[in-house]
Amino acid sequence: MLLIEELQVEVGGRTILNNVNMEIPRGETHILFGPNGSGKTSLMMTIMGFSGYAVTHGKITFKNHDITYMPIHERARLGIGVSVQRPPTIQGLKTRNLVEVCAKHCGRDVDVELLAAEVNFTGFLDRDVNHKFSGGEIKRSEMLQLLAQDPDLILLDEPESGVDLENMAVIGESINTLLHRGVKKSHRQKIGDKSKSALIITHTGHILDYITADKGQVLYNGHLCCSRNAREILKWIGEFGYEECVRCAMDLQM
Amino acid sequence: MRNGPTDVENDAGGIDLKQYQSDAEKHAYVEDLSQIAAVDAAKFLDVGIDTAQSIRSGTFIQKDRSVIHSHAHQAGVEVMSITQAQSRHTWLSDYLWRYIEPDRDVFTAQAKANPHEGYFIRAAQGAHIEQPVQSCLYIAREGFSQNVHNVVIAEEGSRLQVITGCATAPHLVSGLHVGVSEFYVKKGAQLHFTMIHDWGAQVNVRPRTYVHVEAGGVFVSNYISLKPVGSLQMNPTTHLAGEGAVARFNSVLVAGKGCHLDVGSRVILSAPGTRAEIISRAIAAGGTIIARGELIGQSTGIKAHLECKGLILKEGLMHAIPELRGYIPGVEMSHEAAVGKIDQGEIEYLMARGVDEEEAVSMIVRGFLNVDIEGLPPGLRQKIDSIIKDTQKDMM
Repeated sequence: MLLIEELQVEVGGRTILNNVNMEIPRGETHILFGPNGSGKTSLMMTIMGFSGYAVTHGKITFKNHDITYMPIHERARLGIGVSVQRPPTIQGLKTRNLVEVCAKHCGRDVDVELLAAEVNFTGFLDRDVNHKFSGGEIKRSEMLQLLAQDPDLILLDEPESGVDLENMAVIGESINTLLHRGVKKSHRQKIGDKSKSALIITHTGHILDYITADKGQVLYNGHLCCSRNAREILKWIGEFGYEECVRCAMDLQM
Repeated sequence: MRNGPTDVENDAGGIDLKQYQSDAEKHAYVEDLSQIAAVDAAKFLDVGIDTAQSIRSGTFIQKDRSVIHSHAHQAGVEVMSITQAQSRHTWLSDYLWRYIEPDRDVFTAQAKANPHEGYFIRAAQGAHIEQPVQSCLYIAREGFSQNVHNVVIAEEGSRLQVITGCATAPHLVSGLHVGVSEFYVKKGAQLHFTMIHDWGAQVNVRPRTYVHVEAGGVFVSNYISLKPVGSLQMNPTTHLAGEGAVARFNSVLVAGKGCHLDVGSRVILSAPGTRAEIISRAIAAGGTIIARGELIGQSTGIKAHLECKGLILKEGLMHAIPELRGYIPGVEMSHEAAVGKIDQGEIEYLMARGVDEEEAVSMIVRGFLNVDIEGLPPGLRQKIDSIIKDTQKDMM
């Protein structure tokens, strides 16, 4: 699904990511760990193609298309959906209109009201996009837009940040719906169709209480240094910290 | 309080009054609006004037110097030409030129010296006029200088909505419009006034407006000018003279190449507990916009806010001049002004949803101009949305 090879990225002339290699196969959910400033968000922004993240070396391939320098909207139409941490407020643009636009450009016809009900958001459809939304409301708005898009690869930057427990369950459930792992579908459908992939950044790991991760990866100083079971990584980071995690990874490589 | 002439208002801006015709052929009175020529009716509709008329409580239409229609069809509201009103109501002379001095600037002086009608709209005491009254000021004669004097009176406890559409005939190139308007909002009355302009590319426009609001009165003004105009200069003064009076102004302005818009609102809050809000959204797309706002706090417990946001697309000048003047302790006034470009982050956020760059910019611009204009009849809201959509093509 997604293949990143020898990726090197500069932000404001400074190298932020160095020789990153990563593969997310079809149907797999990967969790990205790493301390503040390690480059997690930069990696996600680079995959989506946001300006300010200059690829100086390497290649990003999605569904066998080289997307390294592809415009953002083409990546979206190809099936990548993103939820950034602090989305902008867009004055005068109603959330309902944006949700309709999300579906339209991804070739879908959706019932906005019905979709909004899934994330308890019907009351916000006629509000300006992100205008005076709380942390939880921003995340639910993002989930609603992604549900309308129905992407094949979902990039989520800290889906739990600023969200209370009750809302967390809603967010978790909608991520599962997006990944075709929700309980709303029959078991046969769930195991049969493993078509959706995800890369999820988390600091606290709370999201792991709601979703099933196939793998965890650790990004440290712009390098990917560990790749294994997400829960194991979370436990070790909690007990020993990132530095020990990196030392261990280096020992294993030797 | 009286208005003194200001340098801005008195500046002819290179306009030679002598180059305009002060006379025009007389147009026949039209009994039934369905008889209005289709080309004119289409232009009227563009500025919110509906010749179907079913959703209006009254209509006034003036073409050049001739009043071609005036009619009120709801009890409690009067709609007629100013000369007709003067002959019917002897007391009207007390309302004319009460707060606007004829010699304050050259344009006002011309309107006094050579008047061509104008409208008189009045809601009777306690009358709640549900449907809006519409009035249209139209220039059809090339090079004509139209000088009108308008009076709107919302008597005590009444509610009135007025939609004024100003336009020129298709193919008309140059003209001058001077409109002296005096509005009176009496005790506890509410007046919603919406004005849409669609003048020609070389038409110069000089409205001179004074609004007097008594205790508990509410005045709401919506002003929309999206189409090309040669030059427009107006800075209406609203005096909140009675306790608890309220005024709100929303302006949506677009200046394309060759347009010069100098648009402001001045509110004097001289009674306790009065409140005012001025909101403007302006886009300079090749032309010049000077967006003024002036709040003058002269009494305790007053509250006023001014918000002026401007975008520059292509080249142009966007000049925001917010002014606050407080004369005594206890006034609460604030302003927020911003001039800038479209935020790249917003464009890319929409692109990440599959929208291409051009459409993303267009969605943001439409949103920017989409001020929640209160009290607009639904049909007019859709009309404004479609004008914004059309205008946008010229802006990009």
